[in-house]
Amino acid sequence: MAVDPKLLEILVCPLTKGPLRYDAEREELVSEQAGLAYPIRDGIPIMLIDEARRLDETAGPVSDPGKP
Amino acid sequence: MSATVFDRRTVRRHRDRAAAHLPEHDFLFREVAERLVERLDDVSRRFPLALELGARGDVLAECLIGHGGVERLVRCDQSARMVLAGARDNALVVADEECLPYASQSFDLIISCLSLHWVNDLPGALIQIRRALKPDGLFLAALFGQATLVELREALVEAELAECGGAGPRVSPFVDVREAGGLLQRAGFALPVVDTDTITVTYSSALDLMRDVRGMGESNAVVERRRSFTRRSTLLRAAAIYADRHADEDHRIPATFQVATLTGWAPHATQPRPLRPGQAAHRLSEALGSAEFSAGEKAGPGGR
Repeated sequence: MAVDPKLLEILVCPLTKGPLRYDAEREELVSEQAGLAYPIRDGIPIMLIDEARRLDETAGPVSDPGKP
Repeated sequence: MSATVFDRRTVRRHRDRAAAHLPEHDFLFREVAERLVERLDDVSRRFPLALELGARGDVLAECLIGHGGVERLVRCDQSARMVLAGARDNALVVADEECLPYASQSFDLIISCLSLHWVNDLPGALIQIRRALKPDGLFLAALFGQATLVELREALVEAELAECGGAGPRVSPFVDVREAGGLLQRAGFALPVVDTDTITVTYSSALDLMRDVRGMGESNAVVERRRSFTRRSTLLRAAAIYADRHADEDHRIPATFQVATLTGWAPHATQPRPLRPGQAAHRLSEALGSAEFSAGEKAGPGGR
């Protein structure tokens, strides 16, 4: 089920409030800033940080401070 | 940093569980939702794009029909099952009220019915809500106030003290209504208003009430709550204390739900605002019909 394109216009990353990239193939909304991908299940964006996939395990999300 | 009072994952689990039997326990939500949307009738502005925070299925969406000129509604809750309980004719999002995923100045209206009392950081959530509103957008929310379930709270604490020799928090702490207006103001809302309603519901027994609270998905989610199951004897004793104190002649017990309604607007130049000092067009002394004395000029520093 396709996600509502008008909805995509107003969604941002809940962590950084930065922009999201829609990955239609993987059915994900990608926040490059946070390094997280939020799944879209059955056309519904799941904008929960604890349900998101980390883009790069080694880099970690931006919420993990410390490393340069 | 605010303290973590509520376990948000537990709140989500309670909502997930309640979603399956929503129609059996949604009467209070429906009643408050109807009262909430009626307030939109008092406003001449229309709200084409609206967001519902903490949706219980499409109960509020149904109530909204014919109010406020809402053309599109985004329904959101942190429980996917709760969002999905209901028709799919609205845009649906799963999101946490503590961490909103909406671009600034997106909505004409953000409406929330009996959900924000589960938020740990209410000031933080209010700031995010205000940011997501367009200028002159309206925030309208109903929350449980601190007088909610006061009878049950007392009965449970007393029963637990008698049975177990100690008592843990049994009913969630609710918002102090007196502080809510200040919270709205600090979050940057214009024209903040808070008022309260008390709804009394009668039940055949306290056990019946507790079953209904659970069915609403409103079970205790306080982090410090007791993890073990409550003994049946404690619940029965609490029900007896409750009935003893509050039962009417038909042996039914009343349960108090205090609902605080919060209203605030995202600031806009067209809204009324107080004049800055010295900008008044009329003298107060004229209105009062009294003589005017100047004040302040003599209060210079150092008495020069």
